[in-house]
Formats: sequence, C-alpha cells, structure tokens
Amino acid sequence: MEYFIQQLINGLTLGSIYGLVAIGYTMVYGIIGMINFAHGDIFMLGGFAALIVFLIATSFFAGIPVALLLLLMLLVGMLMTGLWNWTIERVAYRPLRGSFRLAPLITAIGMSIVLSNFIQVTQGPRNKPIPPMVTDVFHLGAITVSLKQVLIVVITAVLLFAFWYIVNKTPLGRAQRATEQDRKMAALLGVDVDRTISITFIMGAALAAVAGGMYLMYYGVASFNDGFIPGVKAFTAAVLGGIGSLPGAVLGGLLIGLIESLWSAYFSIAYKDVATFAILAFVLIFKPTGILGRPEVEKV
Amino acid sequence: MALGTTTMTNDTILKVEHLSMKFGGLMAINDLSLEARRGEITALIGPNGAGKTTVFNCITGFYKPTMGMLTLQRRDGKEFLLERLRDFEIPKLAGVARTFQNIRLFSGLTVLENLLVAQHNALMKASGYTLLGLLGFPTYRRAVDASIEKAKYWLDKADLTDRADDPAGDLPYGAQRRLEIARAMCTNPELLCLDEPAAGLNPRESAALNTLLHQIRDEGVSILLIEHDMSVVMQISDHVVVLEYGQKISDGSPDHVKNDPRVIAAYLGVEDDEVEEVIAIELEGGNH
Amino acid sequence: MTASTETGHPNVLAKAVREGLFAGVISFFMFLLFVGIETYQDINNALVWRTRWGLLAIFVAVAAVGRFLTVGFIKPHLDQRKLAKAKSGVLEISESKSFFHRHFLKIALIFLVLYPFLSLMIVGKQGSLKYVDNFGIQILIYVMLAWGLNIVVGLAGLLDLGYVAFYAVGAYSYALLSSYFGFSFWLLLPMSGILAALWGVILGFPVLRLRGDYLAIVTLAFGEIIRLVLINWTDVTKGTFGISGIAKASFFGIWSFDTGTANNFVRAWGLSASSVYYKVFLFYIILALCMLTAYVTIQLRRMPIGRAWEALREDEIACRSLGINTVTTKLTAFATGAMFGGFAGAFFATRQGFVSPESFVFLESAVILAIVVLGGMGSLTGIAIAAMVMVGGTEVLREMSFLKVVFGPDFTPELYRMLLFGLAMIIVMLFKPRGFVGSREPTAFLKERRAVSGSFTKEGHG
Repeated sequence: MEYFIQQLINGLTLGSIYGLVAIGYTMVYGIIGMINFAHGDIFMLGGFAALIVFLIATSFFAGIPVALLLLLMLLVGMLMTGLWNWTIERVAYRPLRGSFRLAPLITAIGMSIVLSNFIQVTQGPRNKPIPPMVTDVFHLGAITVSLKQVLIVVITAVLLFAFWYIVNKTPLGRAQRATEQDRKMAALLGVDVDRTISITFIMGAALAAVAGGMYLMYYGVASFNDGFIPGVKAFTAAVLGGIGSLPGAVLGGLLIGLIESLWSAYFSIAYKDVATFAILAFVLIFKPTGILGRPEVEKV
Repeated sequence: MALGTTTMTNDTILKVEHLSMKFGGLMAINDLSLEARRGEITALIGPNGAGKTTVFNCITGFYKPTMGMLTLQRRDGKEFLLERLRDFEIPKLAGVARTFQNIRLFSGLTVLENLLVAQHNALMKASGYTLLGLLGFPTYRRAVDASIEKAKYWLDKADLTDRADDPAGDLPYGAQRRLEIARAMCTNPELLCLDEPAAGLNPRESAALNTLLHQIRDEGVSILLIEHDMSVVMQISDHVVVLEYGQKISDGSPDHVKNDPRVIAAYLGVEDDEVEEVIAIELEGGNH
Repeated sequence: MTASTETGHPNVLAKAVREGLFAGVISFFMFLLFVGIETYQDINNALVWRTRWGLLAIFVAVAAVGRFLTVGFIKPHLDQRKLAKAKSGVLEISESKSFFHRHFLKIALIFLVLYPFLSLMIVGKQGSLKYVDNFGIQILIYVMLAWGLNIVVGLAGLLDLGYVAFYAVGAYSYALLSSYFGFSFWLLLPMSGILAALWGVILGFPVLRLRGDYLAIVTLAFGEIIRLVLINWTDVTKGTFGISGIAKASFFGIWSFDTGTANNFVRAWGLSASSVYYKVFLFYIILALCMLTAYVTIQLRRMPIGRAWEALREDEIACRSLGINTVTTKLTAFATGAMFGGFAGAFFATRQGFVSPESFVFLESAVILAIVVLGGMGSLTGIAIAAMVMVGGTEVLREMSFLKVVFGPDFTPELYRMLLFGLAMIIVMLFKPRGFVGSREPTAFLKERRAVSGSFTKEGHG
C-alpha cells in the first residue's frame, strides 16, 4: 500500500509537468486548430533558460536563497520562451494561417527540428547536469515525499488556478474563447484576433517554461533532446484529455504521469512508454475525442 | 405532366413506420410514418427545425433512428430494412442516393471524375477488385467505356458537357447543384433523396432543375425531396408530406396540403387555439 | 506601380529601419542567453559558463539587417513583380513549352539509368562510392518512402505520422528472416512488403475511423510503440545493439557479392575487386523499386480504388453517400502505402547490412512527411524533386569541408545538417504552402487534360 501511494506521488509530480506542457498544446489547438509540434522544444528552451540563469546566479551570488533562485529561473524562463514562441508564431505560423492545413504542421515540425538543433549547436550535444537545488525530504511512515515534489505540485496548482482565472474571468480570456469559437465572427465583433493568438502562444510558452524549469530541478539535468519525449507525452496527454479542453489537458497529464509511474513500478520500466501510447490508442478507439473533449458531431 | 413511357405503378418504394429520433433530450422526430410511391416525386416540407433533414439522414443511414422501421422495396421485389444497413450499403444495396443541403462535391476532382467516382462499386467489381484491372483485362476496359458513356449521358442531362474537364469546385452554384444530382444518378438509384435542391438558385436555374427532376422521374426513378420553396414543391411534386416539430401534420396531394388549415397555421405561425378555431370552422364548413 | 511600393521610397525605408531595429532588439533578447552565454563542463566536470558577446552581436546584426533588407527591398521588389505579372496577364499557361520541359520525365529517367556509369567515368571507382551510395541510393530511398507515404497522405488524405513503423517492419523482417532462416533477398523483398502491409491493416483497422489530428497522434504512437518494442524485445531484436551482418542481395542468385564465394560477381566478370559494383547493383535495385512504386501509383490513380482514395480526401461523407465503403478504402490506402514502406525497409537492411532502432525514430517519419508536403501532395515529380533537394542538400553539406577554412578547423558542417533541414522546411512552406507542384493531374478527361489548380483540392481531414 505504501509502495502504491509512493508511486502515486511520483506519478502526480510527473503528471503535473506533463499537464503544464499539455495546456500549451491544447490552447494552441483550440484557438487555431494546429498541432504545435515545436511546443515540446519550447519546454526544452525553458529548461535551458533556467539552467543558464542557475549557473549565472550561483556564480555571482554564491549564497542566494533557493526560493529566490528558483523564482528567478522560472521567471526568466517564462519571459524567454514567451518571447521565442511569440516570434515563432509571427514568423512561421501566422503567414500560413488560413492556408493549406498541413503547411503550418510542417513548419511546426521544421521549427521543432530547428530549435533542438539550435540548442545542440550553441550549447553542445552533451547532457548538462546541475548540482541538486532542493534536497529536503519528508517521511510519512514508509512514504517519502521530497520537497521538490511538493514544490512541483504546488506551483502547478497555483499556476492552473491563475490560468483558469485568466481564461474564464478576464476580458482577455473572453477574447480567447470567442476566437476559439469563431475567429471571423470574433474579429467582426472587435476582438483583435492576431493579438489574442499571440498572447495564447505566450501563455502556453510561459507554462511550458515553468514545466521545463521544474523538470530541470527535478532531474537535475538538461539536454537539447529533452523536447521530444516529454513533448510527445504532453501532446498525448492533451489528446487523451480531449484536445481543446483545458481541464482535459491537466487530467490527461496526470493520467499519463500516473500510468507511467505505476506501470514502471508494477510491470516493466522498459515498456512504460509503450503502455502510455497503447492506452492512448485504446482510449481514442473507444472515445475518439478524448475523455473530456466535445464529441465531434458529423454535420451532414 | 407527361409521364413518358414508364408505367406508373402505385406500389410503395419507401415505407417509414413509427420513426423516432432522439438527440439527447430532444425528440427531433416523433413517431413519424409516411410512404413514398414508386415513380412519384414526394416532397417533405415543413418549417425550419421540423426534422426534415433528420428524416433524410435516417433514410440514408447517416443517423441510426432511435425507433421505427424504414422499409425499401426495390423494383425486383427485394426488401431492405434501411435502419439495419450501414451507411454506404444503402446506396450500394438498396439503391438510395442522396444530395446534401450544403453541396458536397469532390471539388478538386473534375466534373467527369466526380461522375466516375459515383460508379465506384460497379467499376470495382468489373476491375476484379483492382487486380484484373491492373492487368488490363478487356472486361474491365469495356466497363470503363460504359462508365464514361453513362457519365456523358448525365452530363448531357445536367447540361454540364462543356464543363466536363473542369474542377467541380470551379463551377457556378447552380451547376454544382445539378452536378450533385447527376453524380447521385450515376449510382443507378431507384430512390433519389434531394435535400433542398432549389436553395440558392436563381429562377432560370430553378427552372432547369425542375426539368432535370422531371426527366429523372420519367426514367422511373422515384424522388423524395425536401424543399422550402413552395412554388417548386407545388409545381413538381405528386405527393406532399408536411412535418412540424418532428410530427406529420398533413399528407396528400399538393392541392390538399395547400388548403390544409394545420399547414397554413404551421407556416403562418398562428396560436394553437386559433388553429383549433380554424379547424372547427373548416369542419363546420364541411358539414354544410 | 504606386509610389509606396517603389524601392527606396523614404516611407518604406523609414519603415524598414524601424522594423530592422525592432528585429534587432527582439533577437538580442532571444539570443541573449542561448548564444550570448555558453555552458560547458570544466576539468572537474562541473558545469560553468562564459560569454560570447561577439557571436551574439553577429546573430543580432544578421536578424536586424535581414529584416531591414526584407522590408526595405525584397518585399517591395516581390510586390512589384507580382503587380507587373498581374498587369501583363501572364496567367495563361504558355503553350510552347521548351523541349526540356516537355520531355522532362524521359530525360530524368535516362539520366538516372546512366548515372552510375557517368559517375564511374568522371570520378572513377573510389570516387563513385560516394556519389552512387550517399547521393544516388540515399535519395532514391527517400523518394520511394515519400512516394509510398504519398498514397496515404497525398491521395487518401490520411495524416500518418508513424510511417517509419512500416519501414522498420520491412527492415526487421528482412534482417530477422534472413539471419535466422537464411532466406534470400529476392524471396524476402516481397515478403517484407506483405508483412508491412499486414501490419498496416492490423494497425489501421481500429484507428481509421478516427479523424484528422487524432489519427495523426495515434499513428505517431504506433510508430513509437514499434520502435520501443524493437528496443526492448532484446531476445529477438538484440535491442539497441541492432542486427548486424545482414546478408547482401545477390544478382538473382546467379552471382553473389560476398567476397570469397565461387560465383562472386567480380571474379566471374574478371573485374578488379571493389565494392562499387555492389553499390551500382543496389542503385539499380532501388531505382527499379522506385519505378515500381511510381508505376503502381499512376495505375492505381486511374483505377476505381485510386479515384475513391482521392474522393475520400475531398469529402468522406459524400463518398459514403455514393456507396463507397470508406473503411476498406482507407485500409487499402494504408496497406498499399505500408507495403512500399516495407519494400524500402528490406532494401535499407540489405544495403546497410545492419539495422537498429536508431534508424526508425519519429524524425524519419517527419522528414518523409515533409518531403511529401514540400513536393506537393499527390505529385510524384514534385515529391522526387523535394527528396532530391532536401536529402541531397543535407548530404552536400557533409562534403563542404572548405567551410572549415572559413569558420576554422573546429567547424563541423554535419552538425548544421538538421538545423538547415528544418530551416529549409519552414522557408519552402512559407513561400510555397502547397509544395513545389501544387496542381493535380486529372485521371480521366473527355476533351482535354487540364491540371486542376491546387486551390480546389482539399487535404483531407482523416
């Protein structure tokens, strides 16, 4: 039982990270109907930004409080990836909006290749390890909970609340939802669609950056390759939850995290990704629009 | 209207019995029964949201009805229960073809190709499910020639011969409507279901459409159509069924329906008690 | 030509300066951390950093100047040209195409058939290895894969992000069956194709009712599952070590290319020993496989099944209303595409003599899909050109050792291969969203065959 709860906690941690990244996929898909393949690499950029801030900050201020350091890493990461994603949308996606559906998908795949290779070229192909930042551990009976796990879950929860508030309670969120429903109509009613889409990309990137920073803190290593596997898993999470649905993205993320850690714990660690993908396929076969996705009505 | 050389039979081609369709809590069609007779043009009319397209989608297999029986009898006497067939089997086995309210052409294929795709099942069989065709068997070549002849025939009827090699998406609206009908006819249907074929047509195109529909009927194909344009309905249909809120409120010849107070009420939107008044007056009038 | 579009107009220039500066500022912040700072491990293996302000300055300058030139000169120039074109009405297709244009396909085919000999003649045996193998065979493999995927994506409009799975099935089928049972290449080539097609049906059947992006993600998942199984099922596949020593293809059993055998090709013909003969032989095999793919695709497009694929891409609901069984139609497209992937895989295994899961990563699927879309979905010629430009282009980069003179001895052009590949993908799409060849050849005609403009064709949603 303790073992199970332990795995549950590990899964929850991992799932939080996937969920944060999944929101970026689902938001962009919701608003412009495009799979932003480069989003996983935005997550990776966020991790690298955090890594570089960590190195600079610790070399200038040796005794910097961990909380401040972490805040700095995440904030700079958010700004950095926000700027990158804004530029990417402007340069590679916006000119293709409303054209051939596969064109933006291909530029997104191209962008993903560019981003990971850009980091490989500028920062080198080797793994970048950092010394552990947060080492505290709590023992609750036989269950071990590390402070970094608590931090990840708490930060995720706070961000999700803030995010939920923005989307549901602010004029910006209303503009986003309107654009999602009907872009032309929203534009006719005075919503600045371009700006709304830009902000959506920035918001998605910021969440991914936080996820990237926490991923770095959790595993203590960053690599130019980090975008792909977590990216695919987060995308899987978004689809599993029902792409376009925000609660769905979070739910999907948590589910993927749980499946992964429970499968590794009870079956075989080697096949954990196979399990994730197989469950995705099963869910989609029986519920083709994901768990919380709106069923697609075939309009005849 | 001349009926040509085909014999007008009075047997039923389509029988809808106790059809109900529920979407969540909404009863889109409630216990509807109707018949379409062979060789006739049957019109299904009613105000917006009356459930006409839903009936169509049940007949053509795009929806599975919640309840009810849809029986189609082919000329050779074979009967098909449409609600038990899969959507693509309805045109293939039961010989029911349809068009759509918002035109669905293969816009990137040429007009001719659109008509050839419609003959898919016949050509597929002739090509030995592709294998014999790949080897260039003469039976397949003959089938291809025949399919082009048939396409030409319907191109001519639909007045589209000049545009045969143009992409379907390039045609003007009226021509697209006619092409969609021609394409449906290329499947060799016995019952043709048309969903608002005259919508958005100008008077000239509308007249051309009427001629085309009469020609189709004269070939012995029965037609079931949804239409808003009353003038079209009254001009071309032999039999009219009126729906309101998913229920049948009138059924009969165009003249009968035109004078049915319930229909008038449904179209003019009179209050319920007024309808009863109207009916009462009507009944009184009948008694005199 | 209005004054505002004229090059060098003060308004345009002012705007260009503004936009250039803006781009400079943006790129300064974008590259500040990633280019301005370099992270590396010191002697103690601890991660440290140093600044690279010079490189950052170059990046910023390139961005600013590039934006300035684009806004100030290139864009007005392009607009002007477009305007001039619209005015002079060059829209009608020129009737008198050049000789080269009309016979392009024949010329290309003759060139391909002669290519190994030309290369042998010009650069000799040793030099030809590179040209026949790295360029010829490498490009043709991608041509074949892209033509195979084209059936699924370009014709039937089904977005498949896991095509590499079938390539892997073909390669491993050959590798395993030949090393365990010793079957020959010529027996296993069709078998690999059939096995891959079978997998196409098995994987396709449950998922083909999914639409659009859901189908895309499930195919991606299947691609990853197959790769992960190959990695982890070590008893059979030897995991990440891969299978090596895969048998070479023989000349239809008559001559062998294994050294030391009695019927060795080189010995039988009294040639001096060189591996180039085998490469030339492989070149012709893959060329023949490509031709087979093209022939089958062209024939199938004219058959009812091929027309149904294209109709499916245009409108699935209309297909069903015409009595077309969309499930079997999709499955045949999936299986046919998979079969060609399987052929290519078997060829790949015999050419490399080694297969490992490394060769079947998602990136490969992405590259193949990119070639299909960049070439123009459905167009065999366009796709072949795209494969040549994209694969050939990145191969050329390996050869550019002269760049070391410019950028210093530490410069490894290979490192930039995928970076440039990705950039090229983006740039081509931005300028030609429908690919190199955007139009579609009709499969039947009454009076004249006219290409259908890309603006009418749909890209499918399933």
